[in-house]
Amino acid sequence: MLQRTNYLSSRYGVPDGHRIEAYLRDGGYEQAKRALGMPRKALIDEVKAANLRGRGGAGFPMGVKWGFMPPEPKPGKPHYLVVNADEGEPGTFKDRTLMERDPHSTVEGCIIGAYGIGAHAAYVYVRDELHLSKARLWGAIEEARARGFLGAKPFGIDYPVEVYVHSGAGAYICGEETALLNSLEGKRGEPRMKPPVPAQAGAFGMPTTVNNLESIATVPTILKLGGEAFSKLSALHGMRDGGCRLFGVSGHVKTPGVFECAVGLTLRELVYELGGGVAGGKLLAVIPGGSSTPILRHDELVDAPDPKAPLHPWHGQSVLDVPMGVDTFRGLGTMLGTCCAIVLSERACPVLAMHNLMRFYRHESCGQCTPCREGSGWLERTLDRIVGGEGTLEDLDRLHEIANNIMGNTICAFGEGTAMPALGFLRKFRREFEDFVRTHGASSPRNLAL
Amino acid sequence: MTFALTPERQQELARIVARYPNKQAACIPVLHLCQEQHGWISDEVTRFVADTLGMPAAQVVGVVTFYSIFNQQPVGRHQVWVCRTLSCALRGAEGLLHQCEKHLGIHAGQTTPDGAITLRTAECLASCGTAPVMQVDKTYHENLTPERAREILDGLRSR
Repeated sequence: MLQRTNYLSSRYGVPDGHRIEAYLRDGGYEQAKRALGMPRKALIDEVKAANLRGRGGAGFPMGVKWGFMPPEPKPGKPHYLVVNADEGEPGTFKDRTLMERDPHSTVEGCIIGAYGIGAHAAYVYVRDELHLSKARLWGAIEEARARGFLGAKPFGIDYPVEVYVHSGAGAYICGEETALLNSLEGKRGEPRMKPPVPAQAGAFGMPTTVNNLESIATVPTILKLGGEAFSKLSALHGMRDGGCRLFGVSGHVKTPGVFECAVGLTLRELVYELGGGVAGGKLLAVIPGGSSTPILRHDELVDAPDPKAPLHPWHGQSVLDVPMGVDTFRGLGTMLGTCCAIVLSERACPVLAMHNLMRFYRHESCGQCTPCREGSGWLERTLDRIVGGEGTLEDLDRLHEIANNIMGNTICAFGEGTAMPALGFLRKFRREFEDFVRTHGASSPRNLAL
Repeated sequence: MTFALTPERQQELARIVARYPNKQAACIPVLHLCQEQHGWISDEVTRFVADTLGMPAAQVVGVVTFYSIFNQQPVGRHQVWVCRTLSCALRGAEGLLHQCEKHLGIHAGQTTPDGAITLRTAECLASCGTAPVMQVDKTYHENLTPERAREILDGLRSR
């Protein structure tokens, strides 16, 4: 159900909407002030009631994550809040809009989040390329400090909070939370084994919560509306997938962009209403939430004959008409991911699209685990051969085999993030791949752009 | 020759180090600071960072070689990255890159003979809704056309 909301993006079109004056006019920082006076447990319960599923792609409930932290820091064991703004998942461009156009909601969210998990310092990890985002965040931090909202006594309350921006240096893998922590510590951004989870031993070996930037920026809205009321904005409140969030749409649509809506929007609404419809002919497929989420074909139908299946109400309908939620999309065999869809029209070649993405994953594999380091290279090279017109049908089976051997054999989820979309392309476009191989590419439009 | 930061940057370095519970955590921001001044991470820069932050030089090298932003050799006065990942590719990034290569007379990964511009490809720059995108030094140029890209590149030559 398409329901536009205006909580997270209300200052996007406002002149100087990134300055503190605009934020204060809308009641900014009132929630942070209130939160610092709340019992910590009450604050966490409020966030739990919001049913905010992590906006970074994994969809873990934020309140539950906060609840994993020790109730109080032990002596010599400070807690840390780390905000993940290493936005780099192909197709994803939503966190950047928050940082550039409304950085104060992140700063306020950091104050509340730090208090909620018992931390006094928050690090916002921003990918290096986003220079304007970093400048806007630092500007917001300085403005908040000048008003006495940060520092030793925010709002005159004896709970010190500092917020820092930390710059990455060009590595997609640092969006993985433990790789991010290594990078924050000044090391190579290689993911860590879990356990221990960050709530036990995270940044600098201390209990740490890592939240996506949009998740943190939504916290002031949760407190303003109340957790339950926030959750009920969503059409999927009953599935514990609450609130509103930023949806993105890019690729072959007429009006690409970021749109704030209640959770429960369908892909059809995202593509045809918000995205203005498909550019360049008919719809071929949609990658629903960043490149790691398996692709959905335009003609796929929901297969959930079991009346007890969560997706049964949509049985037999187009996948484009299923509300976009963490659990609904898992049921479709894909993922909601970052909620930023990439649209392919029938003029795009799925073989070339997969090749493009596998080149990305080969480039970004950190190299720590052999199945991923070598497998991503084999995937790319096999596709190089196919795209060059020299592939064989055995190569298609080989691609399957390589992807299946990455799956489950790596330290972090990057392996699955490579293998799952690879298998998605191969299964759903088997005929196109076979035709491509048999005709040495003559069957393909040989193009991605319109 | 040893490397040293300008006095202003040396003060900035102290502010950076103060943000973290240990000195090593400042490694990446300090490398950015050095590269801003020197253009790339030479052996002298590596040694400076290692000495300043009390790290083994090999560990600093490990960091430098992991991250794509750190230049391991000298680059042009301006750095240009053209995003080539899917959303940009769907909106013409490949043609844009070819235009840039043709206009500058170099391939991606190379620097123009006058030392003005290093051209590179980038993986997703989080600008998918305004694709195709090109990053010039610290600035994004979005919704680019080949014509506009040529103008931007010409503008860089004189700066």
